[in-house]
Amino acid sequence: MVSGLGTYLALSAVLFGIGAIGFLIRRNMLLQLMSIEIMLNSVNLALVAINRAHPGSHAGQVFAFFVIAVAAAEAAVGLAIVISVFRLKKSVETDRADLLKG
Amino acid sequence: MSFGGQLLFVVTGFLAVIGAVLTITQKSPLRAAVALLVHIVALAGLYLTLHAHLLAAIQLLVYAGAVVVLFVFVIMLIGAGAIDTSPERKGVLAKLVGGAVAAMIFATIASQLGSSESTFPGLPGCPDGGAECGQFGGVEALGRAIYLGAGLPFELVSALLLVAIVGVIAIARGHSASPKTPTELAELPPKPRPADPNSPDPSGITPAE
Repeated sequence: MVSGLGTYLALSAVLFGIGAIGFLIRRNMLLQLMSIEIMLNSVNLALVAINRAHPGSHAGQVFAFFVIAVAAAEAAVGLAIVISVFRLKKSVETDRADLLKG
Repeated sequence: MSFGGQLLFVVTGFLAVIGAVLTITQKSPLRAAVALLVHIVALAGLYLTLHAHLLAAIQLLVYAGAVVVLFVFVIMLIGAGAIDTSPERKGVLAKLVGGAVAAMIFATIASQLGSSESTFPGLPGCPDGGAECGQFGGVEALGRAIYLGAGLPFELVSALLLVAIVGVIAIARGHSASPKTPTELAELPPKPRPADPNSPDPSGITPAE
């Protein structure tokens, strides 16, 4: 088996699917943030693999670099929100965060 | 791709999938964070097979060094409240069916993507065989691509990180810190007055006879 571009893209799709399923079925906010990280990482893998198939420029790797930076900021803000919600509700489950529910 | 590259791809791809599955299935968030660490390190190995050496190093530094540590820090800060204690509610069947449908959809996408036969072309070789010439994904090449081709977005990322830091402090500071604004001071209960206002003792405590 020769691992080409399709193999990497298939692996990226599988990882994105795992992250999406984790985000949908887990109720723990921390686990949902980790699932978001998995999805962002899978997108990075696809970008780097496509950049490898077209080695004329570094556009894919530059995009992956920026995705990493934005993901770090997103993780920091998300964890701050988790701490704030935990201070209010003494829980990190999304079902308990129902302040806006009528 | 060489045999070593193939072996690295198989091992790291397997570890990435296993780490991701363990991340979303573990009950304890701390174990999930460790599984996420395995997933991230495996992805750094996958970047190595794709000639993205600088991105592999950045992945290890930023994700394994900062994001996972931040997750573990928050889990430790929250403590036992981070673990799911509530029993499984209704909707297990819907959860199973939804997960199966989502897995089928993504497996279909993955099989279609994996059936494409295009392989990676060889990198342009070096005429004199030097280690530093024509390095794809190295520090110099990617640095040139970032600073010459995307200088303005790079500076905007610094502004984004600054705004994120300020926002995190504003969100996570809470209301238990010492109040300084007038509205927070007005909400305070009035201070207890001294027992005898005419007492010469400034502390307001009447000395015992």
